[in-house]
Amino acid sequence: MSILKIDSVSKRYANHTALDNVSFSIPAGCIFGLLGPNGAGKTSLIRIITQITGADEGEIYFRGERLKPDHIKDMGYLPEERGLYKKMKVGEQLLYLAQLKGLSKTDATARIKGWIDRLEIREWLDKNIEDLSKGMQQKVQFIATVLHEPALIILDEPFSGFDPINANLIKDEILRLRDNGATIIFSTHRMESVEELCDNIALINRSKKVLDGPVREIKDAYKTDTFQVIGNGHLLITSPDFEVLEQHENHGVFRANVKLLNGTKPNDLLRYLIERVEIHSFVELVPSINDIFIRKVKETHHA
Amino acid sequence: MHKIWLIIQREYLTRVRKKSFIIMTLLTPLLLATFMILPGLLITMSGEEETVMVLDESGLFEGKLEDKKDLRFVPLSGSLEQAKTVYQETDNTALLYIPKISIDDPKGITVYGKKNTSLQTQIRLEEALEKEIENQRFLASGLNRETLKKVEANIKLNTINLSDEGEKDNNAIITSAAGVVAAIIIYFFIFLYGVQIMRGVIEEKTNRIVEVIISSVKPFQLMMGKIIGIAAVGLTQFLLWIILSFVAVTAVSAAFGIDAAPSPMEQYQAGRVAAEGESIENLEQETPEEAAANSDEFANTIQDVTESFANLPLLLILGCFLFYFLGGYLLYGSLFGAIGAAVDNETDTQQFMMPITIPLVISFIMSYSVVLKNPDGAVAFWMSIIPFTSPIVMMVRVPFGVPAWELALSMALLVLGFIFTTWIAARIYRVGILMYGKKINYKELSKWLFYRV
Repeated sequence: MSILKIDSVSKRYANHTALDNVSFSIPAGCIFGLLGPNGAGKTSLIRIITQITGADEGEIYFRGERLKPDHIKDMGYLPEERGLYKKMKVGEQLLYLAQLKGLSKTDATARIKGWIDRLEIREWLDKNIEDLSKGMQQKVQFIATVLHEPALIILDEPFSGFDPINANLIKDEILRLRDNGATIIFSTHRMESVEELCDNIALINRSKKVLDGPVREIKDAYKTDTFQVIGNGHLLITSPDFEVLEQHENHGVFRANVKLLNGTKPNDLLRYLIERVEIHSFVELVPSINDIFIRKVKETHHA
Repeated sequence: MHKIWLIIQREYLTRVRKKSFIIMTLLTPLLLATFMILPGLLITMSGEEETVMVLDESGLFEGKLEDKKDLRFVPLSGSLEQAKTVYQETDNTALLYIPKISIDDPKGITVYGKKNTSLQTQIRLEEALEKEIENQRFLASGLNRETLKKVEANIKLNTINLSDEGEKDNNAIITSAAGVVAAIIIYFFIFLYGVQIMRGVIEEKTNRIVEVIISSVKPFQLMMGKIIGIAAVGLTQFLLWIILSFVAVTAVSAAFGIDAAPSPMEQYQAGRVAAEGESIENLEQETPEEAAANSDEFANTIQDVTESFANLPLLLILGCFLFYFLGGYLLYGSLFGAIGAAVDNETDTQQFMMPITIPLVISFIMSYSVVLKNPDGAVAFWMSIIPFTSPIVMMVRVPFGVPAWELALSMALLVLGFIFTTWIAARIYRVGILMYGKKINYKELSKWLFYRV
């Protein structure tokens, strides 16, 4: 069941097209990566989903219904440009933002209490935002995004501005939210930062969708049947079933990237190697999303 | 609606709790009270008990110079030299020397003092002597003051407005004052709080919180919430100023023993006295008959003033004030909001402020220079019809009486005007708040009006 279905959405501004006939859907309960370089149209798409702007063409369906103002309360949005009222106290600010999302005062207060304990910012509750460090402000903003327990959480460049410790803290919170049933959209141009977290992705380049689907399937589709082997001994491959792409040897330790040919399986390669050398490591070389993206972009350009 | 209400609350509470708001709200009435009380206070404080020794060689003033509240006369006899010696040994204020003079030629009267004799003492002594000499001259000529009072003519024109609605008493000064005060309040309110709207929008933009907010509420709701919230702040401040001014004036004057809430009569007296350039003490020196005679006159004038007020269509003025106050604020407030949305920081606002400021300033200036002199002229008419100038100009005209159709037209146009500016502002606003780092010009702004968002 998909929580969000984007159906042939286009958005044009005065002198450029931000989105050109983009369609994909986002399964419920997954972490979804909306990936692409700067200016690809990610933020435009997010603004249409969060109903900040409207699409020129196409429709978006949220839980099977056409997007309507009422859906806003089921979404939480952390924009790339973070910001809070500087001269407002942390507690008041969280309460205000939660109430704007339709939460009652008592509910909001109770939830704020839970969050400030978990993220250890209790002593900051009565401080003005401007007195907080940047990382602390980010925490507050993250809480504000998810306080109303939205079914769909949209995080634009979620880890920019976080130090590694806080980034891990937020990562854990995101995973916890996913486990509790929320769907999370990551939008980022730094693909490697979210690769390990995402279940599904969509790649956008120059206002067009390039690729989408489960990360596993995409990687399977783009893998090249190449394996990295590390071991002791002198490796010399002569079989026509295997092609050595790269090979280094150093003090009797070799490292080689080997590609399977003619429909051979990894085990065939293993068997062939075991007879000749001592194997320490045998890993499939899976392309990173970044590699796939670059390949895909090149393909579309040439096409 | 619930969300607009939340926004109004936030805009209101954060501003009302600011230190600057509290200080401004408390300080202004205090300053006002100080300015109102200070002149009177200074006069009272300088009025210490003064004792003046009198050497009267003419014998004209023997027993005639009466002691006043803080001015005592001590008669002396002997030569001037002796008197000077006696005076030197006391710490009395001054020595008044009256040589042998006749009431027809009262020259050579001298005041000796240890320091420079203050102007006030000098004036008071002159007045006391003048009055006595006048009295004596009256006696000598066989006239008395009563007769003179009867002869004195005091004309006051009653101006009557012969309009369709029948005769109306009409006091030009009161009438214009009522309108001008209302217009001034509207003018300042629009400016002070319009700029606050603009700053508020710029603040949200530079803080980058606006995207978070408008993922929860419509930009229009955010804009209207801000405009209404700030209007409430302004109204609160005005209300507090009125209450606190009253309290402060009462308290300060009670503390210094000045009759703070003078009856209209006394107020008028004070006003008249001040107008004639006389000191308050002067009043106290009036003989009872004089005072009584004056009171009659005062009473008449007071009646005049009260009548003029009663004849002013007070309910109409108040109604119009509230209408044009809110209408004008909403008309301009949304434009101020739009400016805030169009720019990135306050320094960029100048070029867009101009077209908003000019009609306001012009209507303010014209109110004084043209509309007041000729409240039914063509300039007054058009400026009170056009929505951008009507909140101020019409307010000046209303107390003079404005035909119902003109008022209706002006109000209808103001409502249309504010719907129009709000529409424009909302369109600029929704585009502008998400636009960063772009230098905006009018051409760009006009494009925004027709963007599909």
